[in-house]
Amino acid sequence: MRTDVILRVVAKLLIPFALMFALYVQFHGDFGPGGGFQAGVIVAAAVIFYGVIYGLPAARRAVPDRAVELMVAAGVLLYAGVGVAGILLGGNYLDYFVLASDPVHGQHRGIFWVEAGVAITVSGVMLKVFYLFAGRGRDPEDEA
Amino acid sequence: MLAEHFPALLVVTPLVAAPLIVVVRSARAGWAMALAACLAAVLMAAQLLARVAASGPVSYAIGSWPPPWGIEYRVDAASALVALLVSAIGTASVVYARRSAAAEIGGERLYLFYALMMLCLAGLLGMVVTGDAFNLFVFLEISSLSTYVLVALGRDRRALTASFQYLILGTVGATFYVMGVGILYLATGTLNLADLAVRLPQAADPRAATVAIAFITAGLGLKLAMFPLHAWLPGAYAHAPSAVSAFLAGTATKVAIYALARIWFSVYGADALLRDIPVAPVLAALSVAAAFIASGAAIVQDDLKRMLAYSSVGQVGYITLGLSLATEPGVAAAIAHVVNHGVTKSALFMLAGAMALRLGGTRFSDLAGVGRTMPVITFAFVIGGLSLIGVPGTAGFVTKWALAGAAIRAGQPVFAAVVLLSSLLAVAYIWRFVECAYFREPPAGAPAPGEAPASMTGTALALTAAVVAMGLHGAPVLGAAGRAAAALMGGAR
Amino acid sequence: MSVAGHFGYWATVFLMMAGLFIVISRGNLVKKLVGLSIFQSSVYLLYIVPGKLVGGTVPIVGEGFTVYSNPLPHVLILTAIVVGVATLALGLAIVVRIREAYGTIEEDDLLAADARAD
Repeated sequence: MRTDVILRVVAKLLIPFALMFALYVQFHGDFGPGGGFQAGVIVAAAVIFYGVIYGLPAARRAVPDRAVELMVAAGVLLYAGVGVAGILLGGNYLDYFVLASDPVHGQHRGIFWVEAGVAITVSGVMLKVFYLFAGRGRDPEDEA
Repeated sequence: MLAEHFPALLVVTPLVAAPLIVVVRSARAGWAMALAACLAAVLMAAQLLARVAASGPVSYAIGSWPPPWGIEYRVDAASALVALLVSAIGTASVVYARRSAAAEIGGERLYLFYALMMLCLAGLLGMVVTGDAFNLFVFLEISSLSTYVLVALGRDRRALTASFQYLILGTVGATFYVMGVGILYLATGTLNLADLAVRLPQAADPRAATVAIAFITAGLGLKLAMFPLHAWLPGAYAHAPSAVSAFLAGTATKVAIYALARIWFSVYGADALLRDIPVAPVLAALSVAAAFIASGAAIVQDDLKRMLAYSSVGQVGYITLGLSLATEPGVAAAIAHVVNHGVTKSALFMLAGAMALRLGGTRFSDLAGVGRTMPVITFAFVIGGLSLIGVPGTAGFVTKWALAGAAIRAGQPVFAAVVLLSSLLAVAYIWRFVECAYFREPPAGAPAPGEAPASMTGTALALTAAVVAMGLHGAPVLGAAGRAAAALMGGAR
Repeated sequence: MSVAGHFGYWATVFLMMAGLFIVISRGNLVKKLVGLSIFQSSVYLLYIVPGKLVGGTVPIVGEGFTVYSNPLPHVLILTAIVVGVATLALGLAIVVRIREAYGTIEEDDLLAADARAD
């Protein structure tokens, strides 16, 4: 797709909006449809779109494999960390009530970080799956 | 203080260890972290077992949402015992895996193997401690998905097809389970197992309960390799890396058995709904078929690991036979056999893996004369085999005796005869190994392989010693299993 | 309690049977996975369809609303969908590896190749 000017230009224009929309879905999850899972998939879709148009190596340069692997792990750790924070603050595991002085505020804070963890892991996993399937059976520098 | 949170931490520790291992990206550090997580799980499970024995079931509300609204983790005598078995076998497998997995998997991605082991352990422990039917499904899938990958890591390409077959059948099984849970949810509006036990008898349409248990029994039956649903097991166990075979043989099917017993006896109740639904006779018939047909199939296998896998299907038949009696002694014997057979089969798979490491394979043609080249490993294997047969002095005898006694007390002496007669089949397949190992010449010109590395031999021998110890002194396991059965049959409360 | 009134259940049972039939009858591993996904989708329907109340609204407390649909099935099924996606991804990954190792993804050919190896 190296020569398709329209696709390349449209992709460059669309990807920032896709990422912005992911953030909207992420943070609007408190009040309406949305949340970390959907947002994570949208982030991954934006990067995958970039990879489809500009080639896998370009996507791998933008979001390296190592970063993707770290994302997969970091999201789970963030999620579990919120749970452990609940224990350290005197509640049960994944207890959001104790995360702030006001239980309602605590619920907000807890779900915020948990959803952040979900988004990071989901986008990491989606990218990992894409990289592995797309990169299978070809030299990594093929399309550089 | 911290002990209060053990029901959750039991699951969270391996679950956190998995991403940490991915972050450090080193097989050596990954092994150490996996071992630390396993040891922590063993200590927590042991503490919970002691605590439950002293002061009754422990309930833990995740996120402080009180059950039945939130997810409840619930540890009683049964779940604590199975959790201890799972984490102990997990520890042994991780110790064993250091040399075994390095030899069989190797490469720079070895750290992912330990991360997967931890995910699998977290899933299995989660299935054991959770008190929520849907949460059980989620943990079932966590453990299953990691198991499929672990099986696919085997050296032979047949590991891939075995893993695929396991994936298809395992997913069908899990989906059947979740359908059953869905029907229960539609009928009662709750997913909490204790709450289900209260509400299910009051449900408007009793047929829903019948349909649900049919789905759940078939689904979990696939996961626990109930006789005609066992097709995935021989391939998966035979081609998986040795450490994985040892881990799965002692844990995966056993946890599914626990889940089935939990739903049958704690939710449905042996004297309540279960009495009106004819699942127990069906299970009994399938168990008898398993004990004879699968053990018979074990005799004709050409591969030692495959033979052990078929023997597992037969031994699972004894366990489900105990469950199908639906009496407290029967369930106690089944739980005791879960523990004893889990330890025995793990030990045997470890020993088989040690032979595979030195001889390059576990086909009987490879094993000729192994009794001379690897005397310690071979002797330990024979002891483990005696436990499969049920020779006095080994763990297998204790539980087969208890099972036969329970069958007679339940007014089903024919099942005692089944246990006795089918054990003769075990004599046949163990004898095949003995004949091959001691009475055949090693192939001419083959290099004389020595014993396996100390970490592998040591772990396998420790488990074999445990088999003998549990055989000579069966009371602790039988006592714990009796309390577990009482907890299961007493309802989830 | 008419047949048409149970439309959701009929759809569920149809998907379930269709999916299971594909899993059993097709020899192509990718088709098997397609069948497996259809089979799993039937569970999604089984949970979600009864969660909807006719005339019910989003379960956010507000003035003028008294009837709410049950949100719990959606949450449960979101989890089940994630599990389904993970299973499908893993299954396809194994199929790719099988294709690399055997050169085929037809079950009959795989069995024949394994039989030859023995």
